[in-house]
Amino acid sequence: MPDQLIFGMEVFLNGLMAGVLYALVALGFVLIYKASGIFNYAQGVMALFSALTLVGIMEGQVPFGHLINAIFGTEIHHFGWHVPAVLAILLTMGVMVLLAVCVQKFVFRHLVGQEPIILFMATIGLAYFLEGVGDIMWGSEIKKLEVGLPQGINTLIDETTYGWFGYGFFIDNLDLVATAIAILLVSALVIFAQYTKQGRAMRAVADDHQAALSVGVSLNFIWIMVWSVAGFVALVAGIMWGAKSGVQFSLSLIALKALPVLMLGGFTSIPGAIIGGLIIGVGEKMFEFAVGPLVGGATENWFAYVLALIFLVFRPQGLFGEKIIERV
Amino acid sequence: MLDASDSYVTEDGRTIGGVVMEMKNITLRFGGVVAIKDISFDIRQGEIRAIIGPNGAGKSSMLNVISGFYNPQEGQVFYKGKLRPSMRPYQVARQGIARTFQNIALFEGMTVLDNIMTGRLHHSKANLFEQAFWKGRAEREEVANREVVEKIIDFLEIQTIRKTPVGRLPYGLKKRVELARALAAEPSILLLDEPMAGMNVEEKEDMSRFILDVNDEFGTTIALIEHDMGVVMDLSDRVVVMDYGKKIGDGTPDEVRNNQDVIDAYLGVAHD
Repeated sequence: MPDQLIFGMEVFLNGLMAGVLYALVALGFVLIYKASGIFNYAQGVMALFSALTLVGIMEGQVPFGHLINAIFGTEIHHFGWHVPAVLAILLTMGVMVLLAVCVQKFVFRHLVGQEPIILFMATIGLAYFLEGVGDIMWGSEIKKLEVGLPQGINTLIDETTYGWFGYGFFIDNLDLVATAIAILLVSALVIFAQYTKQGRAMRAVADDHQAALSVGVSLNFIWIMVWSVAGFVALVAGIMWGAKSGVQFSLSLIALKALPVLMLGGFTSIPGAIIGGLIIGVGEKMFEFAVGPLVGGATENWFAYVLALIFLVFRPQGLFGEKIIERV
Repeated sequence: MLDASDSYVTEDGRTIGGVVMEMKNITLRFGGVVAIKDISFDIRQGEIRAIIGPNGAGKSSMLNVISGFYNPQEGQVFYKGKLRPSMRPYQVARQGIARTFQNIALFEGMTVLDNIMTGRLHHSKANLFEQAFWKGRAEREEVANREVVEKIIDFLEIQTIRKTPVGRLPYGLKKRVELARALAAEPSILLLDEPMAGMNVEEKEDMSRFILDVNDEFGTTIALIEHDMGVVMDLSDRVVVMDYGKKIGDGTPDEVRNNQDVIDAYLGVAHD
C-alpha cells in the first residue's frame, strides 16, 4: 500500500477524534437553542469555567484567593487538601447547576418573549461576565488538568497497524476515551430527550411555549434543566480539552469553531451537531494533509469557516436542520 | 334560582351537578383598557357552558383568567369550593383544567401521538432513573398513559394520522388533535377557545358531535367560546353573554335568545 494512503488513513482517524471534541461543544449550543431559541455564545466560556472550577476544587485552591489577599493583605492560596477527581467532578456539576439557576433567575427570566438578537446579546454579556468571574475566582495562569484519563500513544493500535502496513498509527489514548465518552453522552441525551417525561416536556417547550404551559409544564423549570444539561456537556468538553491542552483561557475560543459545525449540522439537530463536528474535524485534517503543502499550510485556521460559508450559500438550514419554509 | 350544590337532570337525561368553578366580581385591566368589568358567573359539574359575545367583548380574556394565563386585578376564583390563589398557567393545568387555543397551539414538530402524550405529562410520577431504564413505575405508567391516549384517539377518529407530524395536518384536524391533547389530561374542566373558528360546515358538525360526545361519554365539564350562534344554542346548557367587558346576559339558550340587551348587542340598537 502506498505510504501516502496509509498516512492519509491515520490523518483521517485523528480528524475523527478531533471532530468528537468539536461535536461536544456544538452539542451544548444545540441543546439550549432547541429548548429556548437562545443562541448561547457563552457555551465555550462555560466549558472554560467548568474546567477552571474543576481544577480549582481538585487542588484545593481558595476561590477569589487573589482578591481576598489584595483586600485583606493575607497570603492564602490553598486550603491544603486535594479532592479526588470523581468528587470534584460532582461538585463542579453542582456549581454548573447553580450557574444555570442564576442565569435563568437573573437574566433570561426577565427577557422572556424578547427578540432573539436581544437574547443573543445577553449571552455575549454572560460570556464576558463568566470569563471575568473565572479569572477572579481561580486566576488566569494555565493549569494542568489530571483527572486520571489515560494519555499518550495507544500501543495496541500502534503495534497492530505496524503489523498490517509496516507503519504504526499514532492515536492518542485520550482521544479514544473522549470518543467513548462522547458516544455515551449522546446516547444518554437521546434517551433523556425521547423517553423520559422531562425530555418530553423539554421538547414540548422547544416547540411551543403556550401549548407547553397548557399541559402543565413549567417553563422556568425546563429552562433551568436545559441550562444545567448544557453546563454538564460544557463540563465534559472542558475536561476533554483541558486534559488535552491544559486549562487556559483560549479554551473559550473553541466556541468559535463550533459555529461552522452548527452551520453544517443545523442548529436544531443533535445528530447534526455530531456529524457536523466529525465532518469539520476530518475535513480540516484531510485538507491540511492534501492541500496544505501546496498553499503553505495553516489551512486548519480557515477551512472550517470556508466550508460553513459554502453551506450557507447552498443549504442554509444545514444538513439536518429544519427546513425553512416561508408561507405567504 | 338554583343553589350552588343543587343538581338537576337535563331534558336529554344528563345529570348536571353542583358548582365546580365560580368567578366572583372579576375585573381585568391592561393598563387603562378594561377587558373584563366586574363579571360573576359559575360553571356546574358536567354541563356545557358557553361564553358568547361580539368581537372584543372579553371572552378570550375570560378564558385566560380561568386557565391562569391572565391574573385579574380584582375578584376571586373559586375552584371545587376553594378560593384559588393567583397561579401560573402550568399550575392551573396541573389542577385539572385543560384548554385549547383560538389560534391552535400544538407541538408542530411532534407526531399526533406524541402531542397527545404530552397531555399525560403530569400524570406520571416515575423518577428520571426509572424512566431512563424503563423499570417498575415508569413502565406501568407509560402503558396506562398509552391506553388512555389510544382510547381518545379512537374516540376522536384520528387513528389514521397518529404517526403524522402535526405540522403537515390540515387546519380542521389540528383542531381535533388539540382537543385530544386537552382530553388526555382527563381534565375536570375543559376550556375550548373557539373550537369551530375557521371551519367549514362539515367540520363544524364533526366538532359539535365530538364536544357533545365528550361531555356525554366522559362527563367532562366544558366551557367554550364560540361565534357561531346556531352552534352555541344547540350545544350548550347555559350561556354567558358578554359585551364590552360586561356581562349582559346569563341563562339557558332560550332565555338568552329573548334577552333584550343581548339582541341589542348583536343586532345593534338605534341611539337617539
